[in-house]
Amino acid sequence: MKKSYQSLDDNYLYNMKHVINRTISSKLLSFGFMLFLTFSISLNAQDGDPVNGKNLFNANCAACHKLDKDMTGPMLRNVEMRLANEEGLDREWLNAWIRNSSALIKSGDAYANKVYNAWNKTAMTAFPQLSDQDISDILAYTAQPKPPAPEPVAGVVAQPAEQGIGQELILGALAVLFGLLAMALILVKRTLNRFAEAKGLDVSEVKRKPIWKAFVENQFLMLVTAIFFLLASGYFAYGYFMQVGIDQGYEPVQPIHYSHRIHAGVNEIDCKYCHSSARVSKHSGIPSLNVCMNCHKSIGEVSETTLAEGKEYGVDYNAEIQKLYDAVGWDGRAYTGETKPVKWIRIHNLPDFAYFNHSQHVSVAGVECQTCHGPVEEMEVLYQHAPLTMGWCINCHRETEVNVKDNEYYAKIHEELSKKYGVEKLTAAQMGGLECGKCHY
Amino acid sequence: MSSNKKYWKSVEELNENSSIVETLRQNEFVEEIPTDEFLGDKETLESSSTSRRDFLKYVGFSTAAASLAACEGPVIKSIPYVNQPTEIIPGVANYYATTVADGFDFASILVKTREGRPIKIENNTDAVTNGTANARVHASILGLYDNLRVKAPMKGGKDISWDTFMSETTSKLSGLGDKQIVFLTSTIPSPSTAKLVGEFSEKYVNVKHVTYDAISESATLDAYEAKYGTRGMANYDLSKAMTIVSVGADFIGDWQGGGFDAGYAKNRVPEQGKMSRHIQFESNMSLSGANADKRVPLKPSEQRLALAKLYSYVTGNSVGGAKLSEGLDAAVKSAAKQLKKAGSNGVVMTGIQDVNAQTVALEINEYLNSKAFDAKTTVKTRQGNDKAVMQLIADMKAGKVGALIMNGVNPMYTLPNSADFSEGLKKTELSIAFSMKQDETSVNAEYIAALPHSLESWGDFEFKASHYSMMQPTIRPLFDTKQFQDVLLAWNGNDTLYRDYIKETWEADILNGESFNKAIQDGVYVGIPSEGIMAENVTAETEEETTEAPRSNAATALASSTKVGAMELTLYTKTGMGDGQQANNPWLQEFPDPITRTSWDNYVTVSRADAEAKGLINENVANGGLNGSYANVTVNGVTVENVPVLIQPGQAKGSVGLSFGYGRTADGLKEEMKTGVNAYPLYQNFSAVQEVSIEKTSGTHEFACVQLHNTLMGRGDIIKETSLEVFNTKDKHIWNETPVVSLDHVETPVTSPDVDLWDSFDRSVGHHFNLSIDLNACTGCGACVIACHAENNVPVVGKTEMRRSRDMHWLRIDRYYSSQDSFEGDNDKKDNISGLGSSLSEFGEMESPADNPQVAFQPVMCQHCNHAPCETVCPVAATSHGRQGQNHMAYNRCVGTRYCANNCPYKVRRFNWFLYSQNDEFDYYMNDDLGRMVLNPDVTVRSRGVMEKCSMCIQMTQKTILDAKRDGRPVNKDEFKTACSAACSSGAMTFGDVNNEEDKITELVNDDRAYHLLEHVGVKPNVVYQTKVRNTSEA
Repeated sequence: MKKSYQSLDDNYLYNMKHVINRTISSKLLSFGFMLFLTFSISLNAQDGDPVNGKNLFNANCAACHKLDKDMTGPMLRNVEMRLANEEGLDREWLNAWIRNSSALIKSGDAYANKVYNAWNKTAMTAFPQLSDQDISDILAYTAQPKPPAPEPVAGVVAQPAEQGIGQELILGALAVLFGLLAMALILVKRTLNRFAEAKGLDVSEVKRKPIWKAFVENQFLMLVTAIFFLLASGYFAYGYFMQVGIDQGYEPVQPIHYSHRIHAGVNEIDCKYCHSSARVSKHSGIPSLNVCMNCHKSIGEVSETTLAEGKEYGVDYNAEIQKLYDAVGWDGRAYTGETKPVKWIRIHNLPDFAYFNHSQHVSVAGVECQTCHGPVEEMEVLYQHAPLTMGWCINCHRETEVNVKDNEYYAKIHEELSKKYGVEKLTAAQMGGLECGKCHY
Repeated sequence: MSSNKKYWKSVEELNENSSIVETLRQNEFVEEIPTDEFLGDKETLESSSTSRRDFLKYVGFSTAAASLAACEGPVIKSIPYVNQPTEIIPGVANYYATTVADGFDFASILVKTREGRPIKIENNTDAVTNGTANARVHASILGLYDNLRVKAPMKGGKDISWDTFMSETTSKLSGLGDKQIVFLTSTIPSPSTAKLVGEFSEKYVNVKHVTYDAISESATLDAYEAKYGTRGMANYDLSKAMTIVSVGADFIGDWQGGGFDAGYAKNRVPEQGKMSRHIQFESNMSLSGANADKRVPLKPSEQRLALAKLYSYVTGNSVGGAKLSEGLDAAVKSAAKQLKKAGSNGVVMTGIQDVNAQTVALEINEYLNSKAFDAKTTVKTRQGNDKAVMQLIADMKAGKVGALIMNGVNPMYTLPNSADFSEGLKKTELSIAFSMKQDETSVNAEYIAALPHSLESWGDFEFKASHYSMMQPTIRPLFDTKQFQDVLLAWNGNDTLYRDYIKETWEADILNGESFNKAIQDGVYVGIPSEGIMAENVTAETEEETTEAPRSNAATALASSTKVGAMELTLYTKTGMGDGQQANNPWLQEFPDPITRTSWDNYVTVSRADAEAKGLINENVANGGLNGSYANVTVNGVTVENVPVLIQPGQAKGSVGLSFGYGRTADGLKEEMKTGVNAYPLYQNFSAVQEVSIEKTSGTHEFACVQLHNTLMGRGDIIKETSLEVFNTKDKHIWNETPVVSLDHVETPVTSPDVDLWDSFDRSVGHHFNLSIDLNACTGCGACVIACHAENNVPVVGKTEMRRSRDMHWLRIDRYYSSQDSFEGDNDKKDNISGLGSSLSEFGEMESPADNPQVAFQPVMCQHCNHAPCETVCPVAATSHGRQGQNHMAYNRCVGTRYCANNCPYKVRRFNWFLYSQNDEFDYYMNDDLGRMVLNPDVTVRSRGVMEKCSMCIQMTQKTILDAKRDGRPVNKDEFKTACSAACSSGAMTFGDVNNEEDKITELVNDDRAYHLLEHVGVKPNVVYQTKVRNTSEA
């Protein structure tokens, strides 16, 4: 059993690499292409092709290296120039290092050993498959100057503020206008009264019954109103009590601002990549932090555009990733061993007396996660989409047909039962999905 | 033919005029609701300033306040792993094969773990050793989560660090000079440990290893050693025996380490007209006696003579000695005749703790050339040596012992002469107790070395010659503990871990090149029989000094050594408590003894005749509880005071019984568990049989006896039984008649759909679960009761609640006594007595039924009726029926009217009178965080005011179905299991899907022996029983 999971994990890793590479590289590619257009003329001093270099860099180097920041390996911006200037090492040395660093270390090369010792004695993976041209391309890419940070788009933020001021102004003007009108009317009335008095007319109002008194004395109206109020309060009381314990829309602030929008939406990571136990267990499982680190070991910062998106939600994504690193004990280069488990706030809480099994729904029935959890890929902050009431469960069981395709288990029972009920396809309810003991034991 | 037999559960029921029995028949709840108690005092009621209106106001306000306060939902946090181990998936159980070995119980088991914590013990069906899990082994998992465990090494009552412990003890050990260093351990049949002790004795001078079994099998070991050369016990494979004669051996219980019941049960089920014949000679009513076809009650002294005579009649050699009474002699002769006829299919076992007696048993088996008797595969689960223990105590008192290192023993509690030991302990320079508890001994030792639980330890065991069992930890140690062997390694100056040490030992000596990892995975390994390394004996003494040799003519010696006492005591172990080391286990305390159905107590069992002679009484009071007299029990001047008396049908006249394991006093126990009296002081010279005097004292003891609880309302048809002869020769309707009811004045079988009030559902589609219980195979061992406890989070309610018949066991094992013939016969006889002579003799004869009743065990749980009476009366539809045959119970829907319990013909529903979890009033395992770790996360913990009952382990059947669905395959044959059927090592319980023709259950349901409880009620249960067949033929 253990073995099979090991291989499953490996599988994830494998898949994951592809996913990251694809998504990240495609995004960066377009960004880089723009940059390339801007700077291509001035930077083509080297014989390499920085566009191809960028692809190669992302495919081979990005897991351990960044351009402007140390990671598992040192930062690589202008590496060739720095090596030449500071150490006097040439392209030959670099080629040897990249193709087989451990051989270079073994040969007793002084700088190679220095680097090796400085970086936790972790030898760099050998890349014998890279041709000279490939290496030139990569180095050309690393030799590009650091692009300036994109200027914040001020207009987006400013516009609603202007609108707000305008509305207030109009409202204020209107209020003043209405005030003036009211004053004018009062003044007019007073003047007219004065005229009347002067002419000796009696303007005192006829003593009429106040309307509320008349209302109170009309028993029929009273009765109708009373009934109305009773019904209304009953309606609201019922509504209030029925929502007690239902946390639909529950959207707590989590210790780490984790955006499902970015992960499941923008990057299209499969839900079950992180929530893998949903396939086999009753729990979908909150992913352990080592699953996060499968990707975030190399994704320490988000792109500038993503960062800007975060500002709209008032979140600094890079700071949130830093929180993950603190929790898992990652200092950017190695695990320190000091971990601080994250105390997530649980959103979907079924009571203890209700048994729910994710694998039954996910693996057997093939229900999409979104059916119950809503548009998670659009949620910046996760909230409870469904009411999670028994009525809601039952309703779905009544309407959903059992997924019997390619499942030998259902072969006999489905045939017999569908004949009995005279239907083509059975619903979960007809399979016995409404019985108390299926969920309560 | 015997299906019209009358059964009774208690002596009380034999009393025609008993009001209690009448009450119990008529009423579901014995006590009237005590309205007078709170409405009684009219004056106070009227003078109270709180009017009814005020009261309602308060109620209204507090309800509103409470419901408003409940509107705020709690914030629940979830903390995932930082780095999740690959083998753990939250919500998926892992199983590990390991071993439970505590010196008394030895079993190869599977442990179910969830999220890394062990929650249940199951049988390792691959194990070929004797070690199937009994009730105590199933319950031992709770010991892991015992909050009163020693959590760090201690010195003088204070916690110290292991570093301090190691440095202090090492320096002390090396500074002892040539004084003895003695290991006093329970039986550890471990090759690696033996090797370690050997290495230790090379490093230090004058090392002795004394093995001490609290309940001694020393005589057996001596007899075996004298005959076969190795210290051990003969193995018995009772599945090969067709005629079994036992003289005082409770081999279904704990005799010679136990574990013989599975083999025994195999031949108890009649197959092709044949089943084994079991004759039991014994004093106390034991499990084996209860299962016997013929049980002969006799005093312990008569047992010795009977065994000698049996030898004489079988072999034809004269043995001399006194004469047996006529009836007994006939019984022994008949047994001998049957044994001789059976030849190699016969086997004899004896529990008499006497070298000669044990030798005689071995000789008879050899004479018979018994197939069931195996002298080669030596059983090694008892190694204790009484003489060596006595010698040790003498040495200690003489100041010869420098260091005493104890592991797994509690001599201050279990030794009859614990005062001598205590005196000796004071003269010992260094005393170290490896213990999980601050028990009677460890608090008196200088150091307590905190010991991990079996489920946290590494180990290897040789249960039988070349049959090995492997112990691996199933959880990281919960506390700062170290096992004995790891400390030994450190003392030896060896820095390998014990796990690696075992691996080395195994790869060198045991495995013959096979994989060690596979041995761990399987948990068991059968090697090539050879001279085991266990033979290495580290004791310095020669064997002549420590063992007793049998006389050359053992049988003659046995016959002449018989000493008759006026009243003889047989000390025994209870199925629930064993030797008493698990006394702090609430599951075991609450487990009703299979025979007496009494929990939370031990007691002296006396026969009815002796009780009457001594004025000892048992009576049932109005609430169904049992009360009994107290008596002082005196052996050789040692008196155990105020022992409750229980009148035991089947107890031999002139004999009494008392069980070990109770009367603990140490700090390591909760107050409630310090129940009963300690019988060990009476265990003088390690002899379970003593001459005794019983004296009535004042006072009345309140038993927590469930005997009369939940009676079946006087309805018959509960147990069906017949004799093998009738079973083989007569038609089914004679011995297993289908009840008939009247339909238009025509008798119609109750199974006919015409007489049914209900329309039947079509149950042929999908799964339909049935459980078959074979009354022939069921030995009453109670493993299922504890397994059910563990699987279904059944709460413990405590002694006083048990007494009020509020026990929560979902599965009970009813024990029925029946006399040889019907009671009507007795009544006729009584009415026809005339004249003094006739009355004397016939009254005398009439006494015999209750004196030696036949016993039947019947596990009863919810019968999951297809036409369930409980379902129709529930006002809120909290209990309903599923298509798969299970009667569902939705706890959250239940409002607690208890109508269902009232309407249940089988009395299997249990009501939560209180909140049993997180409630200081019920301070058992569910009241602390540690204890609650054993709870099964798939089963709801019930709250106060709801009804509960057996669910037929729906969480297990649902899981089996889901596994099949996920794999996309049909459910395999015999894949469905319940906790009870999985725990049943005798094969009495079989669970399965009757719509699957390949399932074994389909055959059983249609068997001729199959019947339903109270079939005439017509509720169509899904639990089916198999008629009990007794092999009554004397030939």
